[in-house]
Amino acid sequence: MSLLATSSQTVGPYVAIGFARLNNDNLAPAGVTGERITVTGCIVDGDGEPMADAVVEIWQANAHGRYAHPEAVSETPLEPAFKGFGRIPTDASGRFRFTSIKPGRVPGAGAAMQAPHLNVLIFSRGLLKHLSTRMYFPDDPANTEDPILQRVPAERRQTLIARQGTGRHELEWNVVVQGAGETVFFDL
Amino acid sequence: MSDVKGYRRPFWDTQPDYLYPHYRSTVKRSPSRPLVVLPQTLSEVTGPLFGYDDIGGKDDDLTRQHEGAPLGERIVVSGRVLDENGRPVPGALIEMWQANAAGRYRHVSDQHDAPLDPNFSGCGRLLTDDAGRYRFMTIKPGSYPWRNHSNAWRPAHLHFALFGLGLAQRLVTQMYFPGDPLLPYDPMYNCIPDDKARQRLISVFDWENTIPEFALAYRFDIVLRGRDSTPMGG
Ligand SMILES: [Fe+2]
Repeated sequence: MSLLATSSQTVGPYVAIGFARLNNDNLAPAGVTGERITVTGCIVDGDGEPMADAVVEIWQANAHGRYAHPEAVSETPLEPAFKGFGRIPTDASGRFRFTSIKPGRVPGAGAAMQAPHLNVLIFSRGLLKHLSTRMYFPDDPANTEDPILQRVPAERRQTLIARQGTGRHELEWNVVVQGAGETVFFDL
Repeated sequence: MSDVKGYRRPFWDTQPDYLYPHYRSTVKRSPSRPLVVLPQTLSEVTGPLFGYDDIGGKDDDLTRQHEGAPLGERIVVSGRVLDENGRPVPGALIEMWQANAAGRYRHVSDQHDAPLDPNFSGCGRLLTDDAGRYRFMTIKPGSYPWRNHSNAWRPAHLHFALFGLGLAQRLVTQMYFPGDPLLPYDPMYNCIPDDKARQRLISVFDWENTIPEFALAYRFDIVLRGRDSTPMGG
């Protein structure tokens, strides 16, 4: 049997009511191991206007580099309290903020390992399909050998790497949907 | 060893582009640079999974979430979630949200001059069963005006968001109703280039699932991306 995938449509302006129940801005409740991080950022459109009606979703591995998913078979441990899913609506100024832990490295193609990263989806009015991107960590030595970052033109790689914020565990990562400094988005 | 079986990319013209100027909000919210093609890894073929802890008891029945019954025409909306290989997707989380019978959302930004219904929140969620089936009880949403262009009206629709088994299967879509006279005028419906793909967003009147003297029924099957049978290379 060969079917064709259903067409994507925008979430529209009222996505907040549909998504609210599963909002989660704390991915690492007490008991989860790993380096705590807080990520803040802003999503802006092609005019630099904040996108106040967007939703950010996070999918990430735990500190040992293990996804809470049956296909992630590895020797590294699962942690029952860590699901790896976050969902944060942007506020009136287009900002989002969440806390989590820095993920470990997960396998890439062949024997390669990927650098620690968060998988990020963005939904909003005006997006006929959601956007897929990644957030990497500043000054992580693994970034230079990450197979996905390698595919991104060098001059645009920085858009995928968070900046160190004021506190030691504070990271800042802004998303530019269109225009100068446009964030790299992936065709998954 | 860690090469994964990837999800197929969409058949041409069955998915909208980011930029569709007739839908005005896309003009400043569509990326201007081409997407970077990402060879799928474990990060994309895994994804969040949900269970019954994430679902409330009345989440699949939007007519029973309040003291009284919502106004409007009760409808059963059901169907199956399959992948492109025709396999059912069990345990898929579906989130659904909609306007009330008068065409108004329970959202602070919705200022349409139509009444709110104290007995209708307009949000539901459920998990598909082992055969990929789902079933919502709700009321038929009203059409509503929006400011996209002069005298713009959205055809009646339900918003659906699905998590499949991996991030690459995530899908957000809208379900429409057969015979809606507003469909030819709606830029959201018309943003999909392929005519047949567009028409698959229109539900089918579903006589078998009507409930005599209680509710009409519509059927809406949803297809998520299917996997290739061989692992992709680097
Ligand atoms: Fe809508």
